[in-house]
Amino acid sequence: MINSSKYGFSMPENYSLKLKKGLNEKTVKQISLLKKEPLWMKNFRLRAFSFFEKRKMPSFGADLSDIDFNNIHYYVKPVDKKASSWEELPSEIKTTYDRIGIPEIERKILVGGVSAQYESEVVYKSIQDKLSKKGVLFMDMDSGLQECPDLVKQYFGTVISLNDNKFAALNSAVWSGGSFIYVPKGVKVELPLQAYFRINTANMGQFERTLIIADEGSYVHYVEGCTAPIYTTDSLHAAVVEIIVKKGARVRYTTVQNWSKNVYNLVTKRMRVEEEGIGEWIDCNLGSKVTMKYPSCYLVGRKARGEILSIAYASSNQHQDAGGKMLHFAPETGSKIISKSISKSGGRTSYRGLVQIIKGAKKAKSKVVCDALIIDRKSRSDTYPSMKIFENQSKVEHEAYVSKISKEQIFYLTSRGLSKEDAEGMIVNGFIEPIVKELPLEYAVEMNRLINLQMEGSVG
Amino acid sequence: MGPNGSGKSTLGQTLSGNPLYRVSNPKSKILLDGKSLIGLEPEGRANLGLFLAFQNPVSIPGVSVINLLRIIKKINKKDLPKILHFNKEVESLCQEFGLSIEVLKRSVNDGFSGGEKKKLEMIQMLTFSPKYAVIDEIDTGLDVDSLKIVAQAVGRLRKKRTGILLITHYQRVLKYLNFDFVHVLIDGKIAKSGKKELANKIESKGYSDYLKKS
Repeated sequence: MINSSKYGFSMPENYSLKLKKGLNEKTVKQISLLKKEPLWMKNFRLRAFSFFEKRKMPSFGADLSDIDFNNIHYYVKPVDKKASSWEELPSEIKTTYDRIGIPEIERKILVGGVSAQYESEVVYKSIQDKLSKKGVLFMDMDSGLQECPDLVKQYFGTVISLNDNKFAALNSAVWSGGSFIYVPKGVKVELPLQAYFRINTANMGQFERTLIIADEGSYVHYVEGCTAPIYTTDSLHAAVVEIIVKKGARVRYTTVQNWSKNVYNLVTKRMRVEEEGIGEWIDCNLGSKVTMKYPSCYLVGRKARGEILSIAYASSNQHQDAGGKMLHFAPETGSKIISKSISKSGGRTSYRGLVQIIKGAKKAKSKVVCDALIIDRKSRSDTYPSMKIFENQSKVEHEAYVSKISKEQIFYLTSRGLSKEDAEGMIVNGFIEPIVKELPLEYAVEMNRLINLQMEGSVG
Repeated sequence: MGPNGSGKSTLGQTLSGNPLYRVSNPKSKILLDGKSLIGLEPEGRANLGLFLAFQNPVSIPGVSVINLLRIIKKINKKDLPKILHFNKEVESLCQEFGLSIEVLKRSVNDGFSGGEKKKLEMIQMLTFSPKYAVIDEIDTGLDVDSLKIVAQAVGRLRKKRTGILLITHYQRVLKYLNFDFVHVLIDGKIAKSGKKELANKIESKGYSDYLKKS
């Protein structure tokens, strides 16, 4: 960044170019050149691109046959991607903003209004001041590469290699934006760090790349996304999130994804958790046309722990293929996956999970609970659990439930004066409550309102 | 009053509009303050001031008791009292029924004992403050002390001139309550109507007299 601001923003003016649609080696080189990147990053991108070309599309999960890689801009001035005024937003999204009570100022941020951007910078700056006193680095990934090249070079692509899967390779080739965070030894960041403040700039990218390094004994909670539907004209979102949890550190990564229903959301997220570290994913997928996302923890150190709490909500024309992976590479490691899914109006949810315990990971423990709520007969839910256990001295539990909203529950609540829709909303909110209560309060409140809104008109 | 299977609970469920029950005779009428209830959704009946205390209330995981009570209050009182005031109100209700206030944070009826469920029905009823209440077998599963407390709550509503239809098997709960009429329901029909003496008679002789008749 030529003029990357001291707040870690990449100002929109810095992106002056929109590359032609389509992807080839030249595009990849151009992206790297525009960003004035070091040679190693350019080579990283190029190698990733050749893997992307060779790799086949995933043979499992959702239908991706409609993705046209040649009809995508791989590098765009971020501000161009979003509706630039309130009026341009589709009316259904405007209504949703009204109904979940997004404050005026946040709406302006969501649609990329300039005045709100200024105000959010002010808030952001005061947080940045506090963080820098503790030595915490929090900036967008492009700035991270410019300002902390050594640290980035040391860890970039080490948790998710550039040939991990087709979409991780794509991201590695064309990434832009995302967050870079480093938390020094023993530092505990009390407030959740939210990508939210920079929603109008780099973070909203199509191919964002996030790298979080939590040094020994540190703690950080990172929150990305928001409950309000994010309108974008992009049809493909392929992000990569890599997290390194060092000895005794703890990282919680919370996602609330509500992309508009034209988006393919294909994201690779992984943590490497060292000795006695804790890695936690809280992953809520509400929007998009298709999501394929399986946050994972590689538990590489003794007594490392991993946890995934996820909610998937699919309505008409949506397929949420989500879940998680826990790989136990060390003794006494522990993991837990709790997945809750709701499908309605013909929507489809799938839980896809892997628990792997290698030989020698003695006393490893894992527990998986999948809970699916199917609202109507048109909708569908599937579970694809996979267990690869090579150590006898380990313990693995798997529970799966499928439920419906019972007529008795509806009658009970309506007899108290609730409308059928409100009763249903209340029951669904109750169903996801064990996970929602882990979200920051404002997200939890918005989530409940959003579910109520989604339930309207759903009772047949 | 009536023996098992005589249609007491069916009556309560039908009055409140459970969609699983249908009024089959087209000439039948259910009137509340002159308004017809047939065809009205359960929430419509609740809005007219009708409350049903369930014999077997269902559990609703993840929905806290306090949240349900708040919504009941909001819907039926139109304006929600100040949150602190409301919390005090429901906490004192818990105490009155011998429940720890921790119960407010628990999921509605989830893992509740039989007695706790009955008490929660009563707390909901008092929060709802109905014009008419149908109370279905509130006495089953309650010990004597709880029974007295529940009867007191019902008595309090009665004093507020709430119309109460108390459905019961036994005369047991009636010892602690004042009531105006006793109707004996046999096979879906009122076989006999009377006052306190009728309840006493049933206590000593059972329902056999009325069963023979029908």
